[in-house]
Amino acid sequence: MELKNYETVFILTPVLSEQQTKDAVEKFKQLLVDSGAKIVHEDAWGLRKLAYPIQNKHTGFYQIFEFLGDPQFIAKLELEYKRDERVIRFLTTALDKHAVLYNEKKRKGLVGRKPEKIEA
Amino acid sequence: MTLVNEPVDKNSNRKKYCRFKKSGIQYIDYKNPDYLLKLVNEQGRILPRRITGTSLKFQRKVAQAVKRCRHLALMPYVADGLK
Repeated sequence: MELKNYETVFILTPVLSEQQTKDAVEKFKQLLVDSGAKIVHEDAWGLRKLAYPIQNKHTGFYQIFEFLGDPQFIAKLELEYKRDERVIRFLTTALDKHAVLYNEKKRKGLVGRKPEKIEA
Repeated sequence: MTLVNEPVDKNSNRKKYCRFKKSGIQYIDYKNPDYLLKLVNEQGRILPRRITGTSLKFQRKVAQAVKRCRHLALMPYVADGLK
């Protein structure tokens, strides 16, 4: 089984309580772990203003997972996103080698140091 | 003596270049709306290559990144006065 690099971002509704948000994030994390995916990095941006309203909501809770996973599992993950009412938006992308390198550099804080040449 | 007039705006004569090639950027992050803002106009539309000078290879990546960014509501699909 060939593992590939993926990155998944989802937005949860802002109506959830702190505990409910944590539960939802935990649920998807468990889903990833159960599928045999190796989580490389996880990031919670927290509550953020949306650029345009989604389902009449103006804010959303952003959560990002970067993982090494089985390509067959992505469809299952996205189906779970669609079935979960707490998720208002999601995006899963396959990462190429440049993206993996970039994310690693970003974690070390090497990105965008020079204001004139923001590496993005 | 040449018959061609001197250009009024000397800046318009400057050669365009691809900013990604020049600064060695390999990957355009869709999670960074502040950077992508440089590549769209005030209405939030992606700037064409003929204006930015981006090479085709990177223009495709720019378009992909901007579209992903919009999907995640980090950037508006339509706006007025983004800058």
